[in-house]
Amino acid sequence: MTLRIGVPSKGRLMDKTFDWFGQRRVPMRLAGADREYSGVIDGLPGAALVLLSASEVPRELAAGRIHLGVTGSDLVRETLPDWASAVAELAPLGFGYADLVIAVPAFWIDVATLDDLDAACAAFRLRHGRRLRIATKYHRLTRDFLKAHGVADYALVDSQGATEGTVRNGTAEAIADITSTGETLRANHLKPLDGGVIHRSEATLFLSRVAPWDAPAQATLGQLAGRLGIEVPFGPEG
Amino acid sequence: MPVSPAAWAEADRIFAAFRAAGAQPVEADVLQPAAVLLDLYGEDIRARAYVTHDPVRGELMLRPDFTVPVVRAHMDGGAEPARYCYRGLVFRQQDGRGGQPSEYLQVGYEAFDRDAPAADAEVFALIAAQLADLPVRPATGDIGVLTAAVQGLSTTPARRRALLRHIWRPKRFRALLDRFAGRTPPHPARLRLIAELARTPAAALMAAAGPAIGARTAEDVEIRAAALAEDAKAPPIPAAEAAALDDLMAVADTAPRALDRIADIAVDLPALIPAVERMAARLGALRVAGVDVEALPFEAAHGRTTLEYYDGFVFSFHAAVHALPPVASGGRYDALTAVLGRGRSIPAVGGILRPGIVAQLREAGA
Repeated sequence: MTLRIGVPSKGRLMDKTFDWFGQRRVPMRLAGADREYSGVIDGLPGAALVLLSASEVPRELAAGRIHLGVTGSDLVRETLPDWASAVAELAPLGFGYADLVIAVPAFWIDVATLDDLDAACAAFRLRHGRRLRIATKYHRLTRDFLKAHGVADYALVDSQGATEGTVRNGTAEAIADITSTGETLRANHLKPLDGGVIHRSEATLFLSRVAPWDAPAQATLGQLAGRLGIEVPFGPEG
Repeated sequence: MPVSPAAWAEADRIFAAFRAAGAQPVEADVLQPAAVLLDLYGEDIRARAYVTHDPVRGELMLRPDFTVPVVRAHMDGGAEPARYCYRGLVFRQQDGRGGQPSEYLQVGYEAFDRDAPAADAEVFALIAAQLADLPVRPATGDIGVLTAAVQGLSTTPARRRALLRHIWRPKRFRALLDRFAGRTPPHPARLRLIAELARTPAAALMAAAGPAIGARTAEDVEIRAAALAEDAKAPPIPAAEAAALDDLMAVADTAPRALDRIADIAVDLPALIPAVERMAARLGALRVAGVDVEALPFEAAHGRTTLEYYDGFVFSFHAAVHALPPVASGGRYDALTAVLGRGRSIPAVGGILRPGIVAQLREAGA
């Protein structure tokens, strides 16, 4: 069957993805009218381009509806339980960098590390009778990270946008969010914790371990891997 | 995946045995108020339980276990002493593709009784009896031993509290102990803060760092900053005590030999003596209950990574050869009854079996 490659359907992420593949003799372009979400790959007849929202790519990979996909490494880890069993990382693409960090109000002079955060959570619960709230949209990554580091007595609250503003607005006491330069954190009077980087995210080419890897799809993958100069860790196991 | 008829048959058999032992059957709602469970277990339970929403009752959880609803029912008006039993489905999210069911049967037995050693032995022996003809091996431990050791450390109450809070998180416990014992240096940021606090009032440092935003107030920060300055003056936990605690956490032997070893360690940590006496009384009660105590494994670290309400005797039973989840587990949770009893408390111990795993074991052996 046709090798289906999912890529982000708009914005800088799409442009840079097209650039990355184009530089490696795999030219991708939009097809048809400007607003139509369809695309083509020139010179690789066995492959089809599937334009998706970056946040849908992990789910499509895990469902096996696309063979390969480009998305942020943070989204794969956040969306997919046991992600490494569903997908394999083929290549980091060198753009879309962002760190998922834990940040607290800058005036918390007593909190610099995760140890401090944990102790502050304990003290907060004693004095206020409730758990200290951390606002995030990255629930799985944040919870796994805090659990691995033995931080307790916090509660996650959902924030799907403008997370840096939640502390000032009184809906959280700390946050876990994506930052690239730290500028937005500083503007909102927050500081990242030392040792509080949950994940360093980068746009990454992923391979679905559960997609239908028949012989034609494997052959196209071999061709593509040759042009991209990448190893394919996932062997043709049939 | 539906529960197999064989698993239901095991559940019926075990439930009947618990009733025959004198336990009163209790029911529990499948939908439990999420707030109570979240407050007890923290965010970890959110990753493991199914949370749903009711327009009137708010956030609800599909019951992840029976212990909490049974304890709540008892504290709301049970007689004393009391024995309860229950059976039914529990619901747990399973991360990954391991194929473990996310809904499965539990049959449980809980004893609310002020004679702790006898109740520990009663629950353990009753659960062991249900598994008598199966290839399982027991594991036991005692969270109370470690708790007693920490309470006896020559250090500040704040440091003892911090260690006690992390008994169930071995990694963080280790990091705290190493720092309090002076085996790892303080973080540079901490040293910087202590130096600054010696020259400048905390309020001025805060004002320079940024506006006071959020529900954690300037007063909260100031109180903890003062506590840190105080803590920096505290001498390290004596090396002999820290080493004794290391030795204690490493104890893993048959129960009688472990008891001897812990009694030896109590020479350096005299606060252990009451815990040693409790453990000896329990082993005696287990012998009376017919348990082969001489061969019973004991690990001081057992149970430290399970749900954090166990605070005394802990046990589990594992399939001897197959890679399966524990077939049974339980322990003492005195503190939980105090939390849920709003001022009242009663020593309590209980355990559950998983009939599904029992059935799998029986099938594998047949």
